[in-house]
Amino acid sequence: MSEALHNYLRQRQRLRPVEALPWLLGLAVFWLFPDYLAFGAQVLIMILFALSLDLLLGYAGVVTLGHAAFFGAGAYAAGMASAHLGWHEPLSALVLAGFSAGVLGFLAGLVLMRYHGLTLLMLTLATAILLQELANVNAQITGGFDGLLGIAFAPLLGRFEYDLWGSTHYLYALAVLFVMFCLLRLLVYSPFGQSLLGIRENAKRMNAIGAPVYWRLVAVYTIAAAIAGVAGGLFAQVNAFVTLDVLGFHRSGAVLIMLVLGGAGRLYGAFWGVVLYMVLEDQLARLSPEFWEFGVGLVLVLIVLFGRGGVLGLLDRVRGVGR
Amino acid sequence: MSADAVVLETRGLCKSFGALEVASNIQFALQAGARHALIGPNGAGKTSFVNLLTGVLTPSAGTILLRGRDVTALDQARRARLGLARTFQINQLFRSLTVLENVVMAIAERERLGRSLFKPLGWRSAISEEAIELLQRVGLAEQGLRRVDALAYGQQRLLEVAIALAQRPKVLILDEPAAGLPSAESHRIAELVEQLDPELALLIIEHDMELVFRLANQITVLVSGAVFAAGTPDQIAADARVRAVYLGEAP
Repeated sequence: MSEALHNYLRQRQRLRPVEALPWLLGLAVFWLFPDYLAFGAQVLIMILFALSLDLLLGYAGVVTLGHAAFFGAGAYAAGMASAHLGWHEPLSALVLAGFSAGVLGFLAGLVLMRYHGLTLLMLTLATAILLQELANVNAQITGGFDGLLGIAFAPLLGRFEYDLWGSTHYLYALAVLFVMFCLLRLLVYSPFGQSLLGIRENAKRMNAIGAPVYWRLVAVYTIAAAIAGVAGGLFAQVNAFVTLDVLGFHRSGAVLIMLVLGGAGRLYGAFWGVVLYMVLEDQLARLSPEFWEFGVGLVLVLIVLFGRGGVLGLLDRVRGVGR
Repeated sequence: MSADAVVLETRGLCKSFGALEVASNIQFALQAGARHALIGPNGAGKTSFVNLLTGVLTPSAGTILLRGRDVTALDQARRARLGLARTFQINQLFRSLTVLENVVMAIAERERLGRSLFKPLGWRSAISEEAIELLQRVGLAEQGLRRVDALAYGQQRLLEVAIALAQRPKVLILDEPAAGLPSAESHRIAELVEQLDPELALLIIEHDMELVFRLANQITVLVSGAVFAAGTPDQIAADARVRAVYLGEAP
């Protein structure tokens, strides 16, 4: 018995063969669908963004309707550094994007993490709106409503030029996603990551066993904001254009829907949800340019009705029935 | 620390919510090794007192000393890290995690690992071993891999106590540990309490008088937020005023 318990703890975090699948698919897309790489890069960026939300929502149980604030902060940080300061080196610009969003996340977290539930939901929403308005008002540096122009980045690692089909951008986004994912995977099984589960499950008990719940939440909010910032920085680099909608409610809402669609609190839900949502959106928009949102809405209603735990939750249950 | 050193003390502790006074000038001391029961009728302020001791509530007046240190201004987590553990009257568990993970969580926090960001918790074998050993001691090892929400209620009550024990406290407060348990299972809790480290200071709040008289060597009676009587079990049992309050008998 005690051996089984030991093994459980030791093997909880082991890599399973199936975990290679998303990365193999990611590479396969590169060879099989060369026409879709520009779209593919957008998907990869969104997956990274959704992963940052998963850490917050799925692991720590923090609800937010304003996560785009940090995506946008990263996008503007990288974009403005390039357009105004001549900061063209892409990798260091990503670090800058993550750092800026992280600092903002820390400051916002100091206030926001004192609240829960609906109050928190409204305050996160307000934070993102506030930031968007701030970007709108300061048009001379952000480009305001017209968007930030003049973003350009030097070849990746000084060698790889960006081509018209987005193949460099695609592989770049895939590599960044892979590195960030590996860090996140380590993080969620670390004592810190496990304590987030404790906070999600029962903050009262976490306090009683001596965990500084508030500071843990500020820390995870900061980390999630930094990762969202990296996604935003990548977005600015790949699109060479940043508009106010990087901070918009639509983006905050969409990433939440994608995560719930895939399944929150298990990292891979972000992959499923984002791919499903974006491919569906792309295909339906082709099929019916005026009516595609109906199709997306229908799928969402079905998932909420029948698929608690998102696509991954559904798969779990199908496997459970098969046994 | 000598056996009769005071580890938890309150001086002039008061708490009121508007006109409602839930703690009124409470003087209370708990020695190392104490087996102290807190009893009183419903609404006497027992749980409020526990919440004041553990830092869930902030007192309106008075001081709380934990192991000689004024902790009145410290939050719950800091007091826990100083060696104060409690269980809850209503289960507060990590319901979608396994029993094993519940205990591991408490040990990891006690060891101040929560800030560690990379090395997986499951690879720290000292923690796993301690958790498994504890589960065997309380008789939950067989349930170790089950999710808490799949456990029987009695097992959940045991886990409440196990989590507090995993903190290796100097002061342990059990808030109605046997609440809602049939007598066979409350015996299991009593056995567990009897096997506690003799140096540990225990404060137990309980309605089950059989359990109180079995476990406690000191009893404090709380009525309307104030200490009504205090003494050994024999003194309390013989006190006509206590019987009147408690059993509704005419004095």
